[in-house]
Amino acid sequence: MKTSWRSCRRSAGADVAIDVRLLTAPFNPGALIGPFTAAHPGLGGICTFVGEVRGADGVEALELSHYAPLTLPGMQALAEATAARFGLLGLLIVHRTGLLHPGEPIVCVSAAALHRRAAIDATDCTMDHLKSESWFWKRERRGGNWHWIEPRGDDYASLARWG
Amino acid sequence: MAAQLVFLGRLQDVAGAPSLPVSPGSLETVLAALPTELALAVLDERVRIALNGELITARGGIVLADEDELAFLPPVSGG
Repeated sequence: MKTSWRSCRRSAGADVAIDVRLLTAPFNPGALIGPFTAAHPGLGGICTFVGEVRGADGVEALELSHYAPLTLPGMQALAEATAARFGLLGLLIVHRTGLLHPGEPIVCVSAAALHRRAAIDATDCTMDHLKSESWFWKRERRGGNWHWIEPRGDDYASLARWG
Repeated sequence: MAAQLVFLGRLQDVAGAPSLPVSPGSLETVLAALPTELALAVLDERVRIALNGELITARGGIVLADEDELAFLPPVSGG
């Protein structure tokens, strides 16, 4: 079954466009960034991060599961808080679930702002929160066997940078 | 007529399935009817729980009604 969940909101007060999507099929980040950039005429900077499945360590496949009632609402709340904190013009968060293979994009975050620093920091901050607080569970297949990926201390340390 | 337990992450392996129908009743009664290994796994203090899609902080006093969904969420492994 090919399903995608999307949450899109342009808030009334601040003129910020938030676009949050959960996808179950492969996506092309480049195809999203063009329209996202074009939707913010007058921006001063845009910062995009794309995360892909690493091919190292004999990983054959990665599976991301999630809990639908919490995952997208949590990502939407994260996007709104981040956009407000950094005064963004727009924030795009796209995340895969399901079965992925090395080289496939897992996540794409793009922040548009009037100034460079806000765009870069907002993207960095969003990634740190996605890594440690979003409702995703990962397991990877190595040598034909599945292994659950446990939380890493590094992720919490990264999160602590944002107070 | 049943309530539903949902297991995320590695808890699915312990449960042997992503979800399990159970008879409605108090959480204590429901857990007592589960295999010991599974009951111990979901009682881990790092496991969060959500009732009908809402995270809850206090486990005391939970009573599952017909069609309720109680999810057990182990620590996330990151996006």
